[in-house]
Amino acid sequence: MNPFSSGTRLRDMIRAIRACKTAAEERAVVRKECAAIRAAINENDQDYRHRNLAKLMFIQMLGYPTHFGQMECLKLIASSGFPEKRIGYLGLMLLLDERQEVLMLVTNSLKQDLNHSNQYIVGLALCALGNICSAEMARDLAPEVERLLQFRDPNIRKKAALCSIRIIKKVPDLAENFINPAASLLKEKHHGVLITGVQLCTDLCKVSSEALEYFRKKCTDGLVKTLRDIANSPYAPEYDIAGITDPFLHIRLLKLLRILGQGDADASDCMNDILAQVATKTESNKNAGNAILYECVETIMSIEDNGGLRVLAINILGRFLSNRDNNIRYVALNMLMKAMMVDAQAVQRHRATILECVKDSDASIQKRALELVYLLVNENNVKPLTKELIEYLEVSDQEFKGDLTAKICSLVEKFSPEKIWYIDQMLKVLSEAGNFVKDEVWHALIVVISNATDLHGYTVRALYRAVQTSTEQETLVRVAVWCIGEYGDMLVNDVGMLDIEDPITVTESDAVDATEVAIKRHSSDLTTKAMALIALLKLSSRFPSCSERIRDIIVQNKGNLVLELQQRSIEFNCILQKHQNIRSALVERMPVLDEATFSGRRAGSLPAAVSTSTGAPRNLPNGIAKPAAAPIADLLDLSSDDVPAPSSSGGDFLQDLLGVDLSPASAPSGTSQPPKAGTDVLLDLLSLGTLPPAQSSSSTSDILSSSQDNKAPLANLNGLSSLPSLSPNATSPASAASMMDLLDGFGPSPQNHEENGPAYPSLVAYESSSLRMTFNFSKQPGNPQTTLIQATFTNLSPNVYNDFLFQAAVPKFLQLHLDPASSNTLPASGNGSITQNLKVTNSQHGKKSLVMRIRIAYKMKNKEVLEEGQISNFPRDL
Amino acid sequence: MGIRFILMVNKQGQTRLAQYYEWLTLEERRALEGEIVRKCLARTEQQCSFVEHRNYKIVYRRYASLFFLVGVDNDENELAILEFIHLLVETMDRHFGNVCELDIMFHLEKAHFMLEEMVMNGSVVETSKTNILTPIQLMDKAS
Repeated sequence: MNPFSSGTRLRDMIRAIRACKTAAEERAVVRKECAAIRAAINENDQDYRHRNLAKLMFIQMLGYPTHFGQMECLKLIASSGFPEKRIGYLGLMLLLDERQEVLMLVTNSLKQDLNHSNQYIVGLALCALGNICSAEMARDLAPEVERLLQFRDPNIRKKAALCSIRIIKKVPDLAENFINPAASLLKEKHHGVLITGVQLCTDLCKVSSEALEYFRKKCTDGLVKTLRDIANSPYAPEYDIAGITDPFLHIRLLKLLRILGQGDADASDCMNDILAQVATKTESNKNAGNAILYECVETIMSIEDNGGLRVLAINILGRFLSNRDNNIRYVALNMLMKAMMVDAQAVQRHRATILECVKDSDASIQKRALELVYLLVNENNVKPLTKELIEYLEVSDQEFKGDLTAKICSLVEKFSPEKIWYIDQMLKVLSEAGNFVKDEVWHALIVVISNATDLHGYTVRALYRAVQTSTEQETLVRVAVWCIGEYGDMLVNDVGMLDIEDPITVTESDAVDATEVAIKRHSSDLTTKAMALIALLKLSSRFPSCSERIRDIIVQNKGNLVLELQQRSIEFNCILQKHQNIRSALVERMPVLDEATFSGRRAGSLPAAVSTSTGAPRNLPNGIAKPAAAPIADLLDLSSDDVPAPSSSGGDFLQDLLGVDLSPASAPSGTSQPPKAGTDVLLDLLSLGTLPPAQSSSSTSDILSSSQDNKAPLANLNGLSSLPSLSPNATSPASAASMMDLLDGFGPSPQNHEENGPAYPSLVAYESSSLRMTFNFSKQPGNPQTTLIQATFTNLSPNVYNDFLFQAAVPKFLQLHLDPASSNTLPASGNGSITQNLKVTNSQHGKKSLVMRIRIAYKMKNKEVLEEGQISNFPRDL
Repeated sequence: MGIRFILMVNKQGQTRLAQYYEWLTLEERRALEGEIVRKCLARTEQQCSFVEHRNYKIVYRRYASLFFLVGVDNDENELAILEFIHLLVETMDRHFGNVCELDIMFHLEKAHFMLEEMVMNGSVVETSKTNILTPIQLMDKAS
């Protein structure tokens, strides 16, 4: 015996591994064995090759790397004896995959074995080929497999059939060669051949419409007959399961019939009788029978309509749903989802039972049922169903709450009949499971609250009540704090009392208490604390009696370890102490947030870096988790996608909350104005109060859309002092002094409103041999930063372009919004065009000109084409 | 392709047999097995035999100390897979005589041969126990 080869037998190795007490011991044993096997491989040890390979398979199953044994498989396959080949092929299937180049080396051995005189060896080769063959091997060996489909022994035919499936999936072009042999397999009696033959036909239908047509015409009758024979066959011990002959074959046949019947009335007609027979006669007291019924129902649902059969199928599902066996209930829920598409009314009848399933103790059933309920909800039943779901939220498992909350929020948003109901439901969800509510959801809630002017008082009182009891729900606290800050006066004075409300007495100091709790609570995160701080600033003006106390709270935060809070506290303190005269204007109520802009942004149309006209689907609002730092910016309608670091979030918040539109101030002449006009400039900057009404609306949209680009500097500088062109003091560390400088240092910004804006020449922004893109520019009056661009695409080639998609990206100082294109098909040779509107907002207006990188994708003659380019020749001063 | 993998796992969560019909790297397999086993073993007898995990559906069944887990596509007939697991166990019973964890451990290659006769590339090849076992018995006789 070779001195290096491991003497241990397989059995002993397994024992040694079993005896290991710890993972470390196991690793040691495996390492030793692997070393011995490697040595044996190096020595080219023949005697123990198959034993070593068996060991390697065991080792691989335990999760250790075994790539060094791959060549041994090939050697064993190439040997002549059956046992060696057997283990070699097994190793091949377990240790190798189709991506490895080693596999190519085995093609020749496979070919020889497929032609071997021993049929068991042929079977081995077929099995290996069926499990791991690559596209190249499929091409090389397809003729052999085709021939073996007609082999005398059925055991070879059945394996050849499954092997063919792998081949046609790898190389769909080969499908047509297999259509005829596959059809002849359907006529056989051997169950193995039948089940694999049916499977092969099913897969052929999937890859080739020609095959589908062929089987539909030639084989439907035959298949129906086979199914009838099987269903009516007398007891067959070899295939009998619980009194049913070969349920697996039943199911395969039903699956194939489903594909043949789908979209074809004749074929569907042909199978109606047998489906009715299977649906009525199959025993439903055992799992095997139910498996067949389940498959049969799916087939009935999928083939062309036959009223009677559908009723039968829905009844079976109803029976399933009330079954005590959880497995059966699970598949019933699964199938009812599919039935929704066919007959929603029938499914609605089971609503009560389905709702019960949401409350089941089994997570799998809960999940299915919840998804089904989600589909069941419509305008008519949203109220009772939401009520049930929210009630269940109180008692559901922690793990399930996330899913459930997301679904409830989405339903409430989608079907809410009126605002007050929406707000009520959301408050309930926030109180029960606020920690599971996604950022977009509570942002949306704030937008809705902001818009429901007549409900402000009601909402703030309801929120105040809710935070008294559910202090641990972060998002509830945030929304409550925001509302108290904005509408605190309504809370205290019972403004806008609705009839349904219970009267509540809240003093000014109670309201401050609630906010103070939020800021002092240990578990509050930065966002919540920052929001509470702002709320306090606002309350200080609303409640003059609490002003002193609020200042104390703010002063306490001057030493906060989080820079953001520290800085804000210092600034706010400064406002409270030294700028009484402007405070009330500073902290006025937020202008009503624009719902359309917000929902547009939520739909994903406004990421700052790259905008595309295809937004994420609107009905999946909870799909994307935003980074925690961004929420406020987002809420306040900033594009948050490029928020660089958590610390800047408070900055955005402040910036936005105060409505600071930084850009106008960058007009160069601002710095030399006399100091006495300081208040004015601040008001100007804040776009508050002093603007004539006509302009204030446009400046609001300005705030909403344009102030985001200075975020990065803002993170470093003091919030208000971050204007890029300001005095050097602005960059010194945050202090009251520099604040003063800033506030007093500048005169009114002589902003140059170009009411109608000059006309700009149009521009051929991009031109290639196949495509031309022209830009036409226009400006909105009073909004010099924003440029509206109409892009026109013209096709210069003689071919039509399909799936036309224009994408554009801009640097951070620009903000880009793309409207949907007028079409996605571009006619040939300039016989028409596509137009698409873009809106670009330049935060560095007057300093930098526009620049844009573009990408245009389309399909020409079904070939995908991608064109890219950069546009830097925009007219200056856009 | 319906069946994507078949696992046999003991009560302690140790894998006793693993057969994949799609390629996953060793790390992916270990992670997947760990997650699935944790999920399935935590479930009670009364709960249903199906667990959704990533984009798989796991159909599992417990026999004494051994769990049989089959990962399938979403449109596979779960009840049929359950029946298939039972057929697999009966086949092994017929060969080993009341199969247990140790039979599978020490005759891993035999278990694989049986599986090979039953499933190929994720589809069921044969449902007759006699047909499944004939080649294996022939081989036993030969050696």
